[in-house]
Amino acid sequence: MTGTAHKYIGKSVKRLEDERLLTGTGAYVDDLKLPGMAVMAILRSPHAHARIRGIDLSAARALPGVIDAFSAADIGPELPLIPIRLAPFEGFERFLQPPIAVGKVRYVGEPVAVVIASDRYVAEDALELIDIDLDPISAVTGIEQAVAGDVLIHEDAGENMGSRYTVGRGDAEAAFADAAYTRRERFVTNRHSAAPMETRGLIAEFDAGIPLLRLHGATKVTYFNRRHLAVAFDLPEAAVELIETDVGGGFGVRGELYPEDYLVPIASRRTGRPVKWIEDRRENLMATNHSRDIVCDLEIAATADGGILAMRATVQGDMGAYIRTNGGVVASRAAQFLPGPYRVPSFSCDVQFLITNKTPVGTLRGPGRFEANFCRERMLDLMADDLGIDPAELRLRNLLEPAELPYRIGELVPGDVNATFDPGDYPSALRRVLAEIGYDDWKDRQGDIIDGRAVGLGIACFIESSAAGPPETARITAAPDGGIEIRTGASSVGQGTETGLAQIGAEYLGIDIDRIGVLHGSSTLLASGGGTFHSRNTVMAGNAVRLAAEALRDRCVELASLRWNTEADELSYRDGAVHRPDEAAAEPLTLAELATFARSRGGKETLSADAAFENEGKLSYSYGAHAALVAVDVATGVVEVKRYVLAEEIGRALNPALVIGQAIGGMMQGLGGTLLDHMVYDEDGQLLTGSFADYLLPTSANLPDITAIALEEFPSEFNPMGFKGAGEGGIVAVAAAIGNAVALALKPHSIVINELPLTPDRLRALLRAVGA
Amino acid sequence: MTGLHRIELTVNGNPQDCEIEARMTLADCLREKLNMTGTHLGCEHGVCGAGTVLVDGVAGRSCLMFAVQAVDAEITTIEGLARDGKLSALQQAFHDNFALQCGFCTPGFLTTAEAFLAENPVPTRAEVQRAISGNICRCTGYVSIVDAILDAAERLRAESTP
Repeated sequence: MTGTAHKYIGKSVKRLEDERLLTGTGAYVDDLKLPGMAVMAILRSPHAHARIRGIDLSAARALPGVIDAFSAADIGPELPLIPIRLAPFEGFERFLQPPIAVGKVRYVGEPVAVVIASDRYVAEDALELIDIDLDPISAVTGIEQAVAGDVLIHEDAGENMGSRYTVGRGDAEAAFADAAYTRRERFVTNRHSAAPMETRGLIAEFDAGIPLLRLHGATKVTYFNRRHLAVAFDLPEAAVELIETDVGGGFGVRGELYPEDYLVPIASRRTGRPVKWIEDRRENLMATNHSRDIVCDLEIAATADGGILAMRATVQGDMGAYIRTNGGVVASRAAQFLPGPYRVPSFSCDVQFLITNKTPVGTLRGPGRFEANFCRERMLDLMADDLGIDPAELRLRNLLEPAELPYRIGELVPGDVNATFDPGDYPSALRRVLAEIGYDDWKDRQGDIIDGRAVGLGIACFIESSAAGPPETARITAAPDGGIEIRTGASSVGQGTETGLAQIGAEYLGIDIDRIGVLHGSSTLLASGGGTFHSRNTVMAGNAVRLAAEALRDRCVELASLRWNTEADELSYRDGAVHRPDEAAAEPLTLAELATFARSRGGKETLSADAAFENEGKLSYSYGAHAALVAVDVATGVVEVKRYVLAEEIGRALNPALVIGQAIGGMMQGLGGTLLDHMVYDEDGQLLTGSFADYLLPTSANLPDITAIALEEFPSEFNPMGFKGAGEGGIVAVAAAIGNAVALALKPHSIVINELPLTPDRLRALLRAVGA
Repeated sequence: MTGLHRIELTVNGNPQDCEIEARMTLADCLREKLNMTGTHLGCEHGVCGAGTVLVDGVAGRSCLMFAVQAVDAEITTIEGLARDGKLSALQQAFHDNFALQCGFCTPGFLTTAEAFLAENPVPTRAEVQRAISGNICRCTGYVSIVDAILDAAERLRAESTP
């Protein structure tokens, strides 16, 4: 339907989700109460690395109100292991996590014991009565220590190297040998997490008799999780129901299988009651996946006039204590996206995944991209300075030109052999951002002192894949009352999925959007589903809904031909009804009438259509540029982002207001990840940032003047609506742009801005060292 | 276990009574005892602002207050903002400006903004930004929330001008 006039697609339709959320009548998992429900709390390891000598639960069990308490000894010996969903590199199988610590604890926050009680106050009282005898071992808290392997975290593995491989293209060694210019730098990106406003939570109802395991509070990849929970609990898949409630933010961390996805069902099975567990914020900061924690040794080779010849890198990811569901996504994608949208003929990267005594890592919005962009874009600015070339000019010389696309990037992640950048115009996206922020007015004022602060304008370019993974499913059903129900295999984590999918349904069925209801996420809705990650929903679920709507239209015509006893090819569907060519001969048959007719034919016949959309391995790449204007107080080290411009080519905006909301929301999350968010560990592996008083997030006080631009110049060739993912382009280049801006502002001081986050204490330490 | 106290509260204009421990927070009392789950808990230590309610018209953290401290006070929660089934000016402005995504922080922003606009009906953009700087939102990036509050201020002024 590209090119035709649309009523809903491309319009900033108001959100269908809002009314319940604005009136306090939404239903997040903690809002559910089931009859006879008990509450669970978890005792977590206070040590980063220790042998468990004993756990005494007797005092906890004796407390009035306590229903049950257990540790691994009570539920063993065979415990399931949390499976790897993505990037399962060789060797990872040695580092999988059981739901509760067995023999050893390996990070602060690892579950050690569980209490089930009548309410949470009592459950937490009982945790204090548990006597655990731990024998601490030295903790591995850094990548170099992990590589050295003097202390082994998983003795059976014999090393702390989770996996290691080399990828590349061209001949990097030869390119470096002959290059006029080379430089080498070490970049470090800070460990942080998503911290959605709603912490994780689950309610399990386990009835071994029926049998049934129903888990409320599931999201993201419910069908994958159902499959693995069914295996873990030795149940048929049909006996496991994962129910999605309203979800208070995902950003990659929520909805993966975690220890608690096993512990809550075990608690319900043991007590014969529904059991609720709601993570508190301290648990959230120590137990929900961390991310971003990489060290990247990057080398660049170029001609004297700044033409990139090659990049060579070692990327080391700090994986934490276990390999969880996201496998090696973070470091592997960091390696893949290091060359970015540039012409880099030769590239070679040694990728290493190190096990340490920290919280396990997983994906966080823009996984690997945020990190890679920071490393590469900082390097480009250093090179621009070395060669005396303007940073924007250097980028324009090296960005892939439209004529060079599609561009096969090579197998930069093992097994990902066909990755290909699809058509676009990278230089034009950068030029748009430069114009919008007034680059030419600022480029000669870098480092100037204005109102007592040093100013800098940093820029960065990015490219970002979207909509990978399994097929997505949809079913549309028309009811005799005129209502239309859309079911999707995808989840809603708060981004407006109901609205977006209803827009597509309404458009393709030619009906009013108010007639549509969207059901999502729960594994009970459809036989299979893909899920919500990698900026998938609009592309994958959106196209599944389009296909289902098209199939429903065909079904309507088929039913109308039976009803009218006429040839189907004489009939046409439009505006929610089937029409005869001779309009006078009969009133059109509406969806409601056809639904009634379908039902009247007896049996289980309904007016309904199913569809699945598959990407066939062809991914669309969103790309663009960011620019940040900062003011740095040299005396205090405080960075203020004054102005921010970002542009992202997304193919086509389904709902421009929601797209811009994603871009600005992502940008502010990235600002936090650059200036504030930081999981700090001491040398014993103790997490020092266990509350929002220590782990800082951006607030409206940090808000710059932001312009987000959604470019729609290159509709995706891989789906007829032209969509590319739009959920992550707002975040992926923020550290890169702000990092460059801060470095340019402080250039007179010749300090090195290679490590995140750019907190006042870090900047002051750097400035103090040079006497500033 | 501590002893139970029978208390009476006024929530959204309705008298409520319940029996609670002295240590129970106002947030837990609202959510667990009175089944008013619109008030959310984001951190339970007073930083995120999701659990903000109005106590005698003043914005307060329901997670940092014991329920027994709220006796004799008029409590307003998100459930009490809409009147006669009609969204308040603030709620409507949040909807019209796309000022929520996941919606989890929204109750705290609405109550905070309600108290703020009562005090400052003609705010500047900078004043709005400062007023909500004690509430955390992870989805929107705040821009649309600031827009919505300014929009609501304008609507409220229009309503009150005959």
